[in-house]
Amino acid sequence: MSAPARASVWRDLIHKPFFWGIVAIVALLALNVIKDPTYLAISINPNNGNLVGNLIDILRQAAPVMMIAIGMSLVIATGGIDLSVGSLMAVSGAVSMEFLAAAGDSSSLGVALAAVGLSLLITGILGAVNGVLVAYVGLQPFIATLVLMLAGRGVAKVITGGQNTAASSDPYRWIANGFLVGIPVVFILAVLIVVVVSWVVRRSALGLMIEAIGINPKASRMAGIKPKGLLLTAYILSGILAGIAGVMSVGSVMTVDISRTGYQLELDAILAVVIGGASLAGGKFSLSGAFVGALLIATLDKTVLFLGVSSSATPAFKAIVIVAICLLQSERVRSWFQRRRRTQAPAPRVEIVKEEAAA
Amino acid sequence: MNEELPIVEMRGITIEFPGVKALDGVDFRLFQGEVHALMGENGAGKSTLIKALTGVYRIDSGSIVVAGQERSFAGTGDAQTAGISTVYQEVNLAPNLSIGENVMLGHEIRGPFGVNWRATHRAATEALARLGLDYLDTHKPLSTLSIAMQQLVAISRAMAIKAKVLILDEPTSSLDAAEVEGLFAVMRTLRDQGVAILFVSHFLDQIYAISDRLTVLRNGRYEGEYLTRDLDRHALISKMIGKDLDALKSLGGNRRTTPRDSDEAAFLSASGISRTGAVDATDLDIRPGEVVGFAGLLGSGRTELARLLYGADRTESGQITVKGRKVDLTSPAAALSHRIAFSTENRRDEGIIGDLTIRENMILAVQAKRGWARPMPRKEQDAIVDKYIAALNVRPADPERMIKNLSGGNQQKVLLGRWLATEPELLILDEPTRGIDVGAKAEIQEAVAELADQGVAVVFVSSELEEVVRLSERIVVLKDHSKIGEIQNGPDVTAQEIVDVIAAHGVEAAAETLEEEVSVVADVTVNTDAPASETLEEEIR
Repeated sequence: MSAPARASVWRDLIHKPFFWGIVAIVALLALNVIKDPTYLAISINPNNGNLVGNLIDILRQAAPVMMIAIGMSLVIATGGIDLSVGSLMAVSGAVSMEFLAAAGDSSSLGVALAAVGLSLLITGILGAVNGVLVAYVGLQPFIATLVLMLAGRGVAKVITGGQNTAASSDPYRWIANGFLVGIPVVFILAVLIVVVVSWVVRRSALGLMIEAIGINPKASRMAGIKPKGLLLTAYILSGILAGIAGVMSVGSVMTVDISRTGYQLELDAILAVVIGGASLAGGKFSLSGAFVGALLIATLDKTVLFLGVSSSATPAFKAIVIVAICLLQSERVRSWFQRRRRTQAPAPRVEIVKEEAAA
Repeated sequence: MNEELPIVEMRGITIEFPGVKALDGVDFRLFQGEVHALMGENGAGKSTLIKALTGVYRIDSGSIVVAGQERSFAGTGDAQTAGISTVYQEVNLAPNLSIGENVMLGHEIRGPFGVNWRATHRAATEALARLGLDYLDTHKPLSTLSIAMQQLVAISRAMAIKAKVLILDEPTSSLDAAEVEGLFAVMRTLRDQGVAILFVSHFLDQIYAISDRLTVLRNGRYEGEYLTRDLDRHALISKMIGKDLDALKSLGGNRRTTPRDSDEAAFLSASGISRTGAVDATDLDIRPGEVVGFAGLLGSGRTELARLLYGADRTESGQITVKGRKVDLTSPAAALSHRIAFSTENRRDEGIIGDLTIRENMILAVQAKRGWARPMPRKEQDAIVDKYIAALNVRPADPERMIKNLSGGNQQKVLLGRWLATEPELLILDEPTRGIDVGAKAEIQEAVAELADQGVAVVFVSSELEEVVRLSERIVVLKDHSKIGEIQNGPDVTAQEIVDVIAAHGVEAAAETLEEEVSVVADVTVNTDAPASETLEEEIR
């Protein structure tokens, strides 16, 4: 009785879109443990009670990618893509740093909140520009967002006057570097936002409609869905989430580096979405999948550093891991494996069929 | 013919998908120089059998013998090498390439310096000539041809690889009567050249017109093989659906045939609506509880007019009023809010959302009406879905099944459920029974009749005139993008009468234009000298 039940839980897990992402994270951590058995150790800093360890670092690093990855999930689900998120992170950081530097009050919570609010407003507006270009002007999403990807860093440069502006604000810094009951604030915040966005998307009909548009835009329109507003919403959300990622990313160093902040992170976000099991052709999406994808990318980055892979070989290492995951997820590769298994050992398959019939 | 060995012999073919046996021990044989029809309802296993023969699916058990040699196809390439060629329902050609390139694609004739285009085009012309199409210029882009001609090019392409077996999977579903006749002529030519043709069509008339022999499948099992001339329609349908036809015959007998009061308030009335290249200015009234049929040939504007009523395409002039109020139907969403629903003829591209489930597809329109911020509670969803799955007899009755895995008829029923769930006051059905089997057809027709009884206005667009006549109370006849007449249905109205109206209109119209020309000429002659007018008038005579 309990054995089939356990088996069915296992099978459910295997069919989750992010299953192979989790397997990869575990494998990478195991690799690290082989090199250093204490890799997973988490200790408590006696001075302030915060948790310290490699795992904690990974969670912190993953937070900004999680933000842009869930925005990217929604946009990709509509059948589009948002290449501008990395640049929008720089814009968000630039707005924050300039505002904080001008305000000069490093301890005021109000100033820090205003800086965050203004950053999100600006990136939201820029997201809306993407949305209008795609939904109302009818540009291809790749081109529409490429414009802002290239122009975004210019906008950031104009805002800071070409400087890499630094500022100080304790509450703002706390977002990126602070701890709450021993856990990094930035990770708590990221999880919270992922949960809220997932809740809104799945509890309302937003998710269903976005998927419908992504799968078959013509049929969706014929079913009475108004695609323009939904597309606009997706790009605005993506912009705002990129803004949050920007705040998280500049907050840890309190300096915006126009050319480095969020540089090429749009590609990490796209990878996270793909690792999460979504198709770039649009349609079905999984925010939990993108969440796992972002975690994997952070783990991968950290592992590459830790194993001392030479910096010139880093991209290749990353690529190999990602290709392996995509292959494992691929329907065709899986059915090929299944066919092989079936021809080699026909007996177990019969059992599976029986179990399915029972379930 | 029977004495020879069959060119294709399939024995005991079984194909299993997870949870279902799509084919269960099916036998099938095909002889050279015959047209063999494969018959069965949707989901009977016709497509699966064809895919087994063309190497798309692997068979789990059974044997396939082609030309005396046992084969095991690992892909469509293997099947083609064995001389089996397929032309699918939708034309799978590249419209931007030339006709010749399409015919020879993948089989171009190569010389020492790459493709020898001159020889390739010559070979294409030869392939076309086998079908009597050698008048086509192989250098012209394929897109300059009509769909029907493209279909013939697709067949030439199939024959270019010297196929011994040609599979035609519903080649006629988007052709009009004359085009079908053209296709049949080509099929007869090929048959007489010794090609074995496997033909699938839902039109029984066509089966009897072209096929020599037929094999019937039902629920993935082999029902039997018959000579077409030995099996009458009644018996054939009974074998396909496994029950008697009488149940279907009683249908539609209760349509209303007495003319209505002409001043009965219309639900929707259109005056002078038009769209360039689609519909010329048209007036139309549709009253509650009325089934209005749109009859006309392909391209007559019947679909285009229906789309204007739903806001799928915008009207460029004219006015539509709903319940006496002027409305602006700028989008399907706007039409839905006025309780107008439209089921498209293009189920795959404009109807189903393939990767969503039956449930999601069914509630989509209702949800779209509510807006994304007001999601439908799951209980309400389940209530709607259960209701229409039961009412329309959707199979499989599993709401969480992806709609793309359903047969065409069942997809159509799910879509019908989607529109009924919006509780429309006007339901426009464009070819709701195209490409679906007799049983599902009857169920959909029954649903239409019931709706009208409940006071829903229905517009029924179909290329099958018999069906229009059987169901409609009033028939709007269209030709060349405009409405040419309305026929009040009655016991003595037949499909032939509609055909006559369409044909007669053509003659009248031609006469009219001629008269117009004459009058123009007459006007001109007032201002010019007389001898010229005489010669002109003589020319016209």
